[in-house]
Amino acid sequence: MTVRRATLAGHTYEFPTLVELMARATPLRSGDVLAGCAAESAAERVAAQTVLADLPLATFLDEQVVGYDEDDVTRLVLDTHDARAFAPVASLTVGEFRDRLLAWAAAGDEASISALAPGLTPEMVAATSKLMRTADLVAVGRRARVVTGLRSTLGLPGTLASRLQPNHPTDDPVGVTASILDGLLHGSGDAVIGINPATDSPARTVALLELVDAVVSRYAIPTQSCVLAHVTTTLRALEQGAPVDLVFQSVAGTQEANRGFGVTLDLLAEARAGALALGRGTVGEDVTYFETGQGSALSAGAHLGVGGRPVDQQTLEARAYGVARHFRPLLVNTVVGFIGPEYLYDGKQVLRAGLEDHFCGKLLGLPMGVDVCYTNHAEVDGDDTDALMLLLGAAGCSFVIAVPGSDDVMLHYQSLSFSDVLTTRSVLGLRPAPEFEAWLARMDLLGDDGRVRELPADAPAARALLAAATP
Amino acid sequence: MTGPDRRPRAEGDDPWAVLRSATRARVALGRAGDALPTARELEFRAAHAAARDAVHSPLDADRLRADLGGEVLVVASAATDRATYLQRPDLGRQLAGGTTLPATGADLAVVLADGLSPRAVHAHGPGLAAALLERLPGWSVAPLVVATQARVALGDAVGAALGVRAVVVLIGERPGLSSADSLGVYLTWDPRPGRVDSERNCVSNVRPPHGLSYAQAADTVAALLGAARELGASGVALKDEGPVLPPGAG
Repeated sequence: MTVRRATLAGHTYEFPTLVELMARATPLRSGDVLAGCAAESAAERVAAQTVLADLPLATFLDEQVVGYDEDDVTRLVLDTHDARAFAPVASLTVGEFRDRLLAWAAAGDEASISALAPGLTPEMVAATSKLMRTADLVAVGRRARVVTGLRSTLGLPGTLASRLQPNHPTDDPVGVTASILDGLLHGSGDAVIGINPATDSPARTVALLELVDAVVSRYAIPTQSCVLAHVTTTLRALEQGAPVDLVFQSVAGTQEANRGFGVTLDLLAEARAGALALGRGTVGEDVTYFETGQGSALSAGAHLGVGGRPVDQQTLEARAYGVARHFRPLLVNTVVGFIGPEYLYDGKQVLRAGLEDHFCGKLLGLPMGVDVCYTNHAEVDGDDTDALMLLLGAAGCSFVIAVPGSDDVMLHYQSLSFSDVLTTRSVLGLRPAPEFEAWLARMDLLGDDGRVRELPADAPAARALLAAATP
Repeated sequence: MTGPDRRPRAEGDDPWAVLRSATRARVALGRAGDALPTARELEFRAAHAAARDAVHSPLDADRLRADLGGEVLVVASAATDRATYLQRPDLGRQLAGGTTLPATGADLAVVLADGLSPRAVHAHGPGLAAALLERLPGWSVAPLVVATQARVALGDAVGAALGVRAVVVLIGERPGLSSADSLGVYLTWDPRPGRVDSERNCVSNVRPPHGLSYAQAADTVAALLGAARELGASGVALKDEGPVLPPGAG
């Protein structure tokens, strides 16, 4: 094992393992302090970043953060690594790779950045992100292009889609429908109409799937639905012939953390095959949806790497993307700020984490979205989420999550509102997914200026949607 | 245009009326351009402020002691302030250094812990504690304990120090926008540091009039305590054989 060291202002800092080097180099985060792996001083953090900058990118192919023999995520990533895609950057250090990405981004060279994805590993992109500033993360993330599709096309340049999240504390069909209609009337829902069910009951899951499918079919809405139940519950729904567009699962960056979620790679492959067999796509065949979030491995006590040392939460998050990309997702989103301040303490940490996650996911070839959100015991408010939302829009984020009035009445946290999606689109000149935009026009919800119209509830288009939902 | 017409109308004429009655979600708020109208924006801020204040208003141990009456012990966790408490759940589970508690040998200890909503403990702690004790005539109970900067598992340290057979922790829950004062109850048989969550039983959302009443919650906890005493354990094993918990008590 190589002990790496750097001297800063007369003090020499030593990093005995790659795990420690990665953790000490990461920007300050309460979860890393909690795990006991954060840098002990600002100077130590910069010293670690200095060492990391000189590390050859190829080091990550030979030296692991979580051991190959004991972790199937590491095995999946290394066994599927594409050496040919890696070739253009194989000789670079992490610091040189950052410079190269920024040069390509400045030149608008999307092809060079996007083609790297199969050749990059989660640890490579995590390391690179630790050397980047906010604007760097935006500039490069914006140029990494990932386009996916099922019944709408997501990730095209100049678009921002949204997941319409119509949760209800008892899954009441009329209550859920009210939130769906509110979202549609605001032009939300082109990424997915995705419900977090209040229970994990297969019958409830099937009922919700049928409810959304009825709305989507009746109005021929070019989008997909998803009930975010456990993958085993979705498998049951598939067996019953339910209209499953997307297989959902939360995933994390270690085998142990995934075991804590009750999932294995085999189970994910089986469910994906089941949804694919239904052939419900019209513009594509991407049928999986994954959620992730910094802190989930630590929260499950499954955050240890080589030598039993704690791995920093941002590196573990990037490893979760290594799992997700294997299953060709339509959507992946990090739920930044959901767990609480013991992982991301304040607005600054949430903002940084959201941009890092988007950057890392995009570079690895994922259709990244973000649930821009916070709980009431974190030092975060609407000003912080506005800033992250607008930066993500500039960074070419594939989609964000939106709920009525920012207030999720089932999960007791705040996400973006439907209004926020409209603001981001109009401020940055972004548009919905093209198929969905055409549908908005057909429904008379789109103004001549391309903006979603402000409709009185008794306008014909609004009335038609509302009448369908009113029991 | 300043937004949809929100003048009051006959219910049959408002297509949203039925839908609104089926959800507390903030639907049909209207628009000011792409944003929310001022009144709706301020409503949201008021709800967020209430939830924030619930997290950050300190527990008034003296007031709570007076409300509880009788002998009350006050302890603090090893988390020295709110910021530390929020970032270091491990410290919130340990007693502050130098804390001493009398070994009582009693059957039960009841701990009132601030958790994430001290306001919930002020509002519902004394009422729920009284309702619970009324239902436990055959139990010897240690002096009530008030704990600050406390996580649920601090009850294990308190229970072990008091030498009791079971501990019940009444704790302020993570506040949502529509529920800033909800109290949770956690029961652990044979409490000692190192107990894990699957070894506890929980009754949540005690918050009359919108959530569980004191009587409903106390009935359930008293029944759980009786079953725990018979079984000699709490947690997953007790849930399998014990009484059915109310919805949402997970």
